[in-house]
Amino acid sequence: MNDNKIKKVLLLGSGALKIGEAGEFDYSGSQALKALKEEGIYTVLINPNIATVQTSEGVADQIYFLPVTPYFVEKVIEKERPDGIMLAFGGQTALNCGVALYKDGVLEKYNVQVLGTPVQAIIDTEDRELFVEKLNEIDVKTIKSEAVENAADARRAAAELGYPVIVRAAYALGGLGSGFCDNEEELNVLVEKAFSFSPQVLVEKSLRGWKEVEYEVVRDRFDNCITVCNMENFDPLGIHTGESIVIAPSQTLSNTDYHKLRELAIRIIRHIGIVGECNVQYAYDPQSEDYRVIEVNARLSRSSALASKATGYPLAFVAAKLGLGYGLFDLKNSVTRTTSAFFEPALDYVVCKIPRWDLGKFHGVDKELGSSMKSVGEVMAIGRTFEEAIQKGLRMIGQGMHGFVENRELVIPDIDKALREPTDKRIFVISKAFHAGYTVDQVHELTKIDRWFLEKLMNIMRTSKELHDWGGNHKQLSDLPDSLLYKAKRQGFSDFQVARAIGMEGDMEDAIVALRRHRKQKGIVPVVKQIDTLAAEYPAQTNYLYLTYSGVANDVHYLGDRRSIVVLGSGAYRIGSSVEFDWCGVQALNTIRKEGYRSVMINYNPETVSTDYDMCDRLYFDELTFERVMDILDLENPHGVIVSTGGQIPNNLALRLDAQQVRILGTSAQSIDNAEDRDKFSAMLDRIGVDQPEWSALTSMDDINAFIWKVGFPVLVRPSYVLSGAAMNVCSNQEELERFLQLAANVSKKHPVVVSQFIEHAKEVEMDAVAQQGEIVAYAISEHIEFAGVHSGDATIQFPPQKLYVETVRRIKRISRQIAKELNISGPFNIQFLARENDIKVIECNLRASRSFPFVSKVLKLNFIELATKVMLGIPVEKPDKNLFDLDYVGIKASQFSFNRLQKADPVLGVDMASTGEVGCIGDDTSCAVLKAMLSVGYRIPQKNVLLSTGSTKQKVDMLPAARQLQRKGYKLFATGGTSKFLAENGVENTRVYWPSEEGQPQALDMLRSKEIDMVVNIPKNLTAGELSNGYKIRRAAIDLNIPLITNARLASAFINAFCTMSVDDLGIKSWSEYK
Amino acid sequence: MRNVTLILDDGTVFHGQSFGYEKPVAGEVVFNTAMTGYPESLTDPSYAGQLMTLTYPLVGNYGVPPFSIEANGLPTFMESEKIHAEAIIVSDYSENYSHWNAVESLGEWLKREQVPGITGIDTRELTKVLREHGVMMGKIVFDDEPDNIPEAVYAGVNYVDKVSCKEVVRYNEGAGKKVVLVDCGVKTNIIRCLLRRGVEVIRVPWNYDFNTLEFDGLFISNGPGDPDTCDAAVQNIRKAMDNEQLPIFGICMGNQLLSKAGGAKIYKLKYGHRSHNQPVRMVGTDRCFITSQNHGYAVDNNTLGEDWEPLFINMNDGSNEGIRHKRNPWFSAQFHPEAASGPTDTEFLFDEFIKLLK
Repeated sequence: MNDNKIKKVLLLGSGALKIGEAGEFDYSGSQALKALKEEGIYTVLINPNIATVQTSEGVADQIYFLPVTPYFVEKVIEKERPDGIMLAFGGQTALNCGVALYKDGVLEKYNVQVLGTPVQAIIDTEDRELFVEKLNEIDVKTIKSEAVENAADARRAAAELGYPVIVRAAYALGGLGSGFCDNEEELNVLVEKAFSFSPQVLVEKSLRGWKEVEYEVVRDRFDNCITVCNMENFDPLGIHTGESIVIAPSQTLSNTDYHKLRELAIRIIRHIGIVGECNVQYAYDPQSEDYRVIEVNARLSRSSALASKATGYPLAFVAAKLGLGYGLFDLKNSVTRTTSAFFEPALDYVVCKIPRWDLGKFHGVDKELGSSMKSVGEVMAIGRTFEEAIQKGLRMIGQGMHGFVENRELVIPDIDKALREPTDKRIFVISKAFHAGYTVDQVHELTKIDRWFLEKLMNIMRTSKELHDWGGNHKQLSDLPDSLLYKAKRQGFSDFQVARAIGMEGDMEDAIVALRRHRKQKGIVPVVKQIDTLAAEYPAQTNYLYLTYSGVANDVHYLGDRRSIVVLGSGAYRIGSSVEFDWCGVQALNTIRKEGYRSVMINYNPETVSTDYDMCDRLYFDELTFERVMDILDLENPHGVIVSTGGQIPNNLALRLDAQQVRILGTSAQSIDNAEDRDKFSAMLDRIGVDQPEWSALTSMDDINAFIWKVGFPVLVRPSYVLSGAAMNVCSNQEELERFLQLAANVSKKHPVVVSQFIEHAKEVEMDAVAQQGEIVAYAISEHIEFAGVHSGDATIQFPPQKLYVETVRRIKRISRQIAKELNISGPFNIQFLARENDIKVIECNLRASRSFPFVSKVLKLNFIELATKVMLGIPVEKPDKNLFDLDYVGIKASQFSFNRLQKADPVLGVDMASTGEVGCIGDDTSCAVLKAMLSVGYRIPQKNVLLSTGSTKQKVDMLPAARQLQRKGYKLFATGGTSKFLAENGVENTRVYWPSEEGQPQALDMLRSKEIDMVVNIPKNLTAGELSNGYKIRRAAIDLNIPLITNARLASAFINAFCTMSVDDLGIKSWSEYK
Repeated sequence: MRNVTLILDDGTVFHGQSFGYEKPVAGEVVFNTAMTGYPESLTDPSYAGQLMTLTYPLVGNYGVPPFSIEANGLPTFMESEKIHAEAIIVSDYSENYSHWNAVESLGEWLKREQVPGITGIDTRELTKVLREHGVMMGKIVFDDEPDNIPEAVYAGVNYVDKVSCKEVVRYNEGAGKKVVLVDCGVKTNIIRCLLRRGVEVIRVPWNYDFNTLEFDGLFISNGPGDPDTCDAAVQNIRKAMDNEQLPIFGICMGNQLLSKAGGAKIYKLKYGHRSHNQPVRMVGTDRCFITSQNHGYAVDNNTLGEDWEPLFINMNDGSNEGIRHKRNPWFSAQFHPEAASGPTDTEFLFDEFIKLLK
């Protein structure tokens, strides 16, 4: 039973979302906190990720928005004196931090008990040599590998093992600094990088082509074990599991295979002594029963979050209870509520996880998939055929694909090569290959993907051909055989795919509506099935649902009382849309419930809290396409639909849903369109006399040139309907402009490409607000630290604003009021402004919650989404009695970049968003908050040497005070040519270093490699390609060698000012509730 | 593929397509929630007389292994010498299979053994119907032969007699301790588990009076149907119990027959336990196990004699999962410690039994 000495527990979060460590840990941590709360335990959470659900009011008792590092965690322990600490719920960040605290004796010093898996067991799984030894003790095979501590030993080990080998850095997140090497040359490059992340590097024999299989295993302190789920990778070994399409349960394992690996997993978890949850990854020979254990993660992981969603078994919740000393037999299955938690879920469906990449957003990034993770998000699709699940999933990733077939033609010059060397497009290459006549065997030979998966994909291809053949000979939709249509739907074809395949003409949106009507007349509609963990063996009151065409009956009985409210979720995490919209969705669900309605969520992202089935009254884990949302609305008959808390995906559906008489709650679809459509929006601004940067819609090159002649370079070029600056670019000269327009013209034929004046050295200001029938009821104004030109998702944001003129604020408020009134806004909205002096221009306006809603809500302690949801429900709200100008503290939102995972990408910021996550920290003043935030996103305060190359003259001047501060503080400055000269002329002592292209010593790159530099400030002069490639080597080296890099003068100045004027010890260790 | 209809006794119908042998068939419709192991389940004699519904929708993925026979006469990969289920009912049959050890597809095998298989069925909905109504008889009818309707009864039929061996078979002769195995429809892996532990196995027909033989331990196997039709076996077991030192171990129907021999009563479960994920707890301990199960009848705990006690209890519904004698070396499990298919967590029970053989 629960050891009742434990009254207060500290839980470590995972910090900002980054590649390899994302939303899954918000889900894990939230579940753990829920489990602790149920026991009446006082919980303390450290997590600087302010956009998460776990850092919301009421989830933990005390929340610290502080870096999850040994220093800060010790401070919090010293202050809070918890009885226990949980390390398994905050990813590798929390685990590493916990191990460090244990090794330093901090946990012992403060008598903090580690709950769950003992730290020694964690160390045994993390240290490769100990791990192999440990498994050798029980005759379990691991991949033959050698731990080395220098490059010469690495070469020797590789020669002994024989190429190809895989190189990994020990103690690194999700394969950071790992890769395959076919020869010594490749090895040398990789090993150098790996050593920059870890003093220990592992060289292993490569087992490329083997199957990769994972088991999620749970053990209690009484030695009872279960495997909750197994999963099989579609892609064979060699592609990181985070980069692989994953299927649960395994599909190509026989009973013997399955249980052999299951038995091993249990043997391993017992021997290591896990208490809670862990996952075991195997390589499995496709030609025998030979296996190797790849690794064991002694913590909740991305896979465990996926397994929880795939099975309905709440792994994190159960793991937290086991950590308190419960036995599995004490706990109930939280889905059936009657059967035991000691069981293994039986699935009667198949799930398919597909990664979402955003490699297109990075300049120069390596697109090949390998042993290191690059994807930024994932989706999970559920179906009762593999074809259905994978086609759903391919739509869910949201990159314009309609499924496995009927997509826009991909241009692939060499299909063989593209099959052999997988990229983010790999599955579409297979589609293309099948189209080109490749057989399953040929594709198997080139990809090593199991034939079973390929045969299933071939089924889809065959059905596509049948549809095309029918379409070639027929015109009347009414003649389409029901059997063919039903087959296609069972294989996951969307109405769009069917319409395109049979050659329906005209506007595709009309075709989809026509096909839908036809389908419904024929009674070809999907059914709703429950995920109940026991494959219908026991009755379950579960609200966890999905839709499928492989079925004849719904599991759910619909009341039709119009008391449900459907909230559309935000889909796959991607650059520009992640956990912040999950927070918004969850807040909307909570408010809906509180107000006495039934809350219904549609979403498909397994990393989220909004897809936790107890967050709402009904969860449809399914697509957010027009077709699927309409399928669900036809069944649900809700009171209304909320489209404004899930980011751009639901927002984009508003008009089409409205056209089907769906009741959109809050701001009307027409108003949403009036804000989204640049023409309409601009015309409106003109009408109400609000200024905006000059712009013009692109119709011909002549028009463009005429426009630029008027406004001058640089200009901003973008299509309408954008999120996170997709396909948006600043062009500084004619050549860039012409090159970019060629690319951008492909983006969308429906909406014109827009060119606008780009204003330099302007402040960017955000207005986040809630309005009711056109009148603002609450607002938050925040300012960017960087000047306009850095995407608002990458910018460092300060709230409340500290350096805005009163007049600027007044004007912004006035304009916002005008816009709210004009668009008759009811609900959340966000407007971005440019401010230079007191000249205010509107950049854009979104009639939905924005990325910064959780940040401003938490800093102001006023839940904007709760307020907005009430407005949308038509509940009268009072203007809250809270004013941002009364706050005695400052919040800073800083961005987390994952350039270290994106090999070769240029780590420079521009109008296209590049960050993968963010933190929000609170301090008594700007410097305090900046320092906390920067440390939270991985910056370190430099010890001694700083390298400066500070761009244009204007930027050099901007940076001069910071350089002086550094000098006064005793830092040794190094600078490249122009910067060195400028600094010297202004009396700042420095040492000149040389660019890679210059002769002379010392070379900047050498200094970086020998770790003589603690921080790099490298500011590109302008945004031209030439300039970007100039400093690229320095920036990339800084990233690859894990040296803090800043590329913006304003941010660099703020950070330098912060650490020069205060020390880490001056930062108050205050919880959120202590900022009053 | 020909269209077929599954008609349940309560009138519910499901439409699908035939992928196995094309003949109408009738039997008791049961569901199994295991996600792997169709070759093992189909050849498990306990499925005799039943139409086996798999709730896991994708079936046939890894094909069928070769039906090779070892020197000792036991099949290498199968649980008996043939398919015993009357038919298999699935949602999405996979004609193309992929596994290094497969030699044919599930459909080809079914055709060879003249067993029907149907696909395209909403097996979740079917399971819900069975769960609410309890298991019932059902028929698979070919839509183009509407008048060809098969008939069958399940209750009261002695299926054990149909599947048990007809004469005594000895394995590992002279290997050491002798174990008599009462074959009520034994799964091969039970024999394998015993042989692996170095004993001689004397496999006898279900109603054979083994008390005339010389042996060190008694094993009572699994088997199909109603244990109340196996009185001859119960009588023989009772006779053997005269020797209080004789180790006795039973599995599945063996648990029920041992219970009956000890005086307990058996009842029919509404829809049985057929899966790989049944949790059991060893009574009086914190030890829990995930087990493989396939049974439609259970021992009534309340009718156990005072010399007996439950050994395992099902953690979901509290039903009996095994018994033991309070003094004598007699115990049994309702689940399948030999697995095949299913989890292998309880194979140690064979070790316990072997330890008792003195």
